[in-house]
Amino acid sequence: MINVKINGKAIQVPEDTTILAAAKMANVKIPSLCYNSDLPAWASCGICIVRQEGTTRMLRACCTKMAEGMSVITHDPEIIKARRTVLELILSNHPQECLTCTRNNSCELQALAAEFGLRQIRFEHFIINRPLDNSNGAIVFDRNKCINCGRCVEVCQEMQKVNAIEYQGRGGKTVIGPADLAALEDSPCVRCGQCAAHCPVGAIYEAHANRKVWDHLADSNFVTVAQIAPAVRVALGEEFGLEPGIISTKKIYAALRRIGFKYVFDTNFSADLTIMEEGTELIGRLLKGKGELPLFTSCCPAWIDYAEKNAQDLLPNLSTAKSPQQMMGSMIKTYWAQKAGIDPAKIYSVSVMPCTAKKYECKRNDDMKSSGFQDVDNVLTTRELARFIKQAGIDFNDLPEEEADNPLGPYTGAATIFGATGGVMEAALRTAYAVITGKELGDINFIPARGLKNVKEAKIDVAGTEVRIAVVHQLGNVEEVLKIVRDAKAAKKDPPYHFIEVMACRGGCISGGGQPYGANDAIRAKRAAGLYTDDERSTVRVSHKNEAVMAVYTEFLKEPNSEKAHHLLHTHYIKRDLYK
Amino acid sequence: MAYTHYILVCGGTGCESTDAKGIYNNLQMEAKAAGVSDKVQIVQTGCFGFCEKGPIVKVLPEDSFYVEVKPEDAKEIINEHIVKGREVTRLLYKKEKKNVESIDEIDFYQKQLRIVLRNCGVINPESMEEYIAREGYMALEKALFQMTPEDIINEIKAAGLRGRGGAGFPTAIKWEACYKAPGDIKYVVCNADEGDPGAYMNRSTIEGDPHALLEAMTICGKTIGSHQGFIYIRAEYPLAVDRLKIAMEQSREAGLLGKNILGSGFDFDIEIRLGAGAFVCGEETALMRSIEGKRGMPTPKPPFPAQSGLWGKPTIINNVETYVNVPIILNKGASWFSKIGTVDSKGTKVFALTGAITNSGLVEVPMGTTLREIIFEIGGGIKGGRKFKGVQTGGPSGGIIGEEGLDVPLDYGALTKMGSMMGSGGMIVMSEDDCVVDVSKFYMEFCVDESCGKCAPCRIGTRQIHALLEKITTGNGSMEDLDKIKEISFAMQKSSLCVLGQSAPNPTISTIKKFEAEYIAHIKDHKCPAGKCKDLVRFSINEKCIGCLACVRKCPASCITGEKKSRQVIDQSKCLKCGECFKTCKFGAVEKE
Repeated sequence: MINVKINGKAIQVPEDTTILAAAKMANVKIPSLCYNSDLPAWASCGICIVRQEGTTRMLRACCTKMAEGMSVITHDPEIIKARRTVLELILSNHPQECLTCTRNNSCELQALAAEFGLRQIRFEHFIINRPLDNSNGAIVFDRNKCINCGRCVEVCQEMQKVNAIEYQGRGGKTVIGPADLAALEDSPCVRCGQCAAHCPVGAIYEAHANRKVWDHLADSNFVTVAQIAPAVRVALGEEFGLEPGIISTKKIYAALRRIGFKYVFDTNFSADLTIMEEGTELIGRLLKGKGELPLFTSCCPAWIDYAEKNAQDLLPNLSTAKSPQQMMGSMIKTYWAQKAGIDPAKIYSVSVMPCTAKKYECKRNDDMKSSGFQDVDNVLTTRELARFIKQAGIDFNDLPEEEADNPLGPYTGAATIFGATGGVMEAALRTAYAVITGKELGDINFIPARGLKNVKEAKIDVAGTEVRIAVVHQLGNVEEVLKIVRDAKAAKKDPPYHFIEVMACRGGCISGGGQPYGANDAIRAKRAAGLYTDDERSTVRVSHKNEAVMAVYTEFLKEPNSEKAHHLLHTHYIKRDLYK
Repeated sequence: MAYTHYILVCGGTGCESTDAKGIYNNLQMEAKAAGVSDKVQIVQTGCFGFCEKGPIVKVLPEDSFYVEVKPEDAKEIINEHIVKGREVTRLLYKKEKKNVESIDEIDFYQKQLRIVLRNCGVINPESMEEYIAREGYMALEKALFQMTPEDIINEIKAAGLRGRGGAGFPTAIKWEACYKAPGDIKYVVCNADEGDPGAYMNRSTIEGDPHALLEAMTICGKTIGSHQGFIYIRAEYPLAVDRLKIAMEQSREAGLLGKNILGSGFDFDIEIRLGAGAFVCGEETALMRSIEGKRGMPTPKPPFPAQSGLWGKPTIINNVETYVNVPIILNKGASWFSKIGTVDSKGTKVFALTGAITNSGLVEVPMGTTLREIIFEIGGGIKGGRKFKGVQTGGPSGGIIGEEGLDVPLDYGALTKMGSMMGSGGMIVMSEDDCVVDVSKFYMEFCVDESCGKCAPCRIGTRQIHALLEKITTGNGSMEDLDKIKEISFAMQKSSLCVLGQSAPNPTISTIKKFEAEYIAHIKDHKCPAGKCKDLVRFSINEKCIGCLACVRKCPASCITGEKKSRQVIDQSKCLKCGECFKTCKFGAVEKE
């Protein structure tokens, strides 16, 4: 610990504490804009300047570390004046379109402007008009609104190591985008949307689906059906003032019905189905030599996109199982449509996802039309659903709790943890163990797979067979695992792992690119805890005991990995170029 | 067979661009034709510094200093000077219309003390032997076999060497910090990304004496315990890069670079990294990012490079001129070096003297020399006998010093006190014909284009100040705009991340302080006292006009009309304000207001 002073108040802070963090400890709020706790301080905005007492030089609070005996003044008229000028400069280069902006009321720049009480921009207002990039179907890049804070670049390069975007050009013409300002669609972008989740303003956001969905809801020719992903239920409440991690599954079902959806299903159902398909595939590869090892999970479309571009040598190692969203999509328009006697052509199927890449996944290739129609017609992010609820005049917290519709609603505890890193692994192990050994696990909680450690590894004894697993989340950590796999392959050694779960976003889907803004590790932990609570409270906690899923097999698919299952629930992968 | 004559042909970029290569080739050819190839050695050297009069050819042993030589003069130089022993007087530098026989009599050189440029214009930069003949690599030998790292650091400390690239940080302190920093891998980086408008001392130094830089970097490597150096140099300096490559090859072959240097067991090698021309890459953190293969953008300091630099390893990053001082300090000793200069700043400084000056070129003077000596004695005063207005030092980060600063002995402290800075040593002289608002606008435009775009106050602040200056120079400014400039400047100085942003307002702020009346003349009277700002200038023809039509013939817009032998009229709607008519008229009939 070192002794420092913030505005004259003596406090002790750990070594290596930044001024910004130290001030927070002293209950002093230093305004900042470009800083985000997920990312190393990039120090681009100049808002968080403070003064070291006794000097005229100002320091950036976000990136300057406290030293023993240091005394910092965070606010005085001169500092405030400089900050206000900088803010006014930023606004002079930002469209004044708050009313129609996707970030109206959730914009960090807007909040700062309100705090500083800026009523007029005295400097020339200038924008270099650049066309909107909405090429990739998942993320929209509005460069006119970009304040060049660089968070997206850091996310893309440091956190995700996707390296799709970088600053381009110099001076006033500086702009962020893919190399040579290629369209996002033609770039290495994998649509994880972490850039959008970290953007402080309305420069990067999910491709909106509002209008189309509302139009279909209003059109009585369509039977509108919704599904919600695991991670949505522990985060949506934040948009209505609830703590992160509060489980609001049943209120969400109720809300969807009040918005106008005729049927409400749960992606958790198809997560159980995924376990049956992927688990069977794993057992086949593990015990019967059917396909390569290790097996990689395939639920995460950003990871799939990444693998198709960056791990083409390992495509045979990806599970062919579709993601739960797509399994649900094809079940709705085949199994359920038949059962309910509804013409699948009339079904408009919408999923609510914590994810931006899911918007792309539903149109990825022709496998996503296995029902003969586009299996999932449209995808809303958690944030978009929150806006739907508000638009529909619903008091979310006052909603009654309702159940999902049958037969695609019931789910087990194994399914709900899909939303957190390690969850798919844990769910798969619960079922694989039972299928291989014929016995249920004594303790089904698989703690080594849980938590925010970048790469988690474990060995499990399954009836005398050692099963080696790895769990990795946040794409920037993936290469480390891929290298281990490739090195072993090159050395013709046994695979270092048998089963690897990959989730593109930090913490898994709970902090996906479409989740409520402001995620940090504390919030991630709370959301994950919500899912584990949901699991614990479930009466059934293993996928193979989901009776509704079992019914699908007996009534429709026959057995996991059957020919029909392959047609409806599996897909294939192709090599894609980083740049088109 | 001994040579009777040596002909040194300047091979700097400036003289090369006016066909010094042609002169060199023709001299070779003519010497052969005249059968004197074995009597005369013709050498291409580095820059002589006196660029105003280039291309320069010097003949030894007579020390004849030929200026503005053309390739076709080669025949005469060989046939007259070499064969017949008669100087080609028409090519000699003239002082007050008299021929100057020797370099020592030239004002331009008299006040100079060439330490950094000691070998420039003297040796063939492509010959390692010539470098060695002038004590080259002696300092390295000392550093390898006779001195400990502490000895070297102490020697440089006692010499008082300060960084020549900008703020003048004491070199020995940097080296000591890096020497003491833990770690097996350390790097030595040379910043040769010279980007200030009008500055070219680093280029000329490398072009004229590349081995000096290699020697110094190797000494640095030995001192701090590094085995790898990088020279970050602009791709726009192809000649300097070529000469560096040749020198590196020679020194590797001679065992002066690479593994086990001179049998000492010490390994050190150097790589060249080309910069793509971004001004900001001269900023050390941006430069290092660029070497790492990333986009060159400044990052927060601390950590300082000496602790955590290239790839997070302790790194020394010095400018070319700083390094080149090191071997001579070790050779001649700290006490010799520290006698040169002022209390605050030791040694010499190379300046690139350009602008409204009679003798533009590279000058190296002891610290403590006054601006008056540099501009009026070495530089020969203001071009065309115009009045001195100010001098811009330190490039876009520096400020403008007016009349009041002419007699102040120059060193780091003095320049800072006067609101400017040493910078890398650019010195642009302005006469009464230069408008300070226009000059400020020029520098601000440079910064608008060269801001890396990361930092909001710099990226947007430069743009806004430039727009305000544009308003003022077009006669649309208000006093409120002046306040806005001051406000934005303050915010930039306080909140920009790197020194480029922090100092970008300096030229503007320093001129507002010192030449406020000129700004006010633009704003309130809509007049540009220097007659530079086109929108505020109006040319007209008065009754003195005799109708000679000289101006009519010069006018590029054909906007002067009238009968021959009678008074002409300028069509104001077409006038480009180029001022050609004003310069052409011998009768004082064209008025500028």
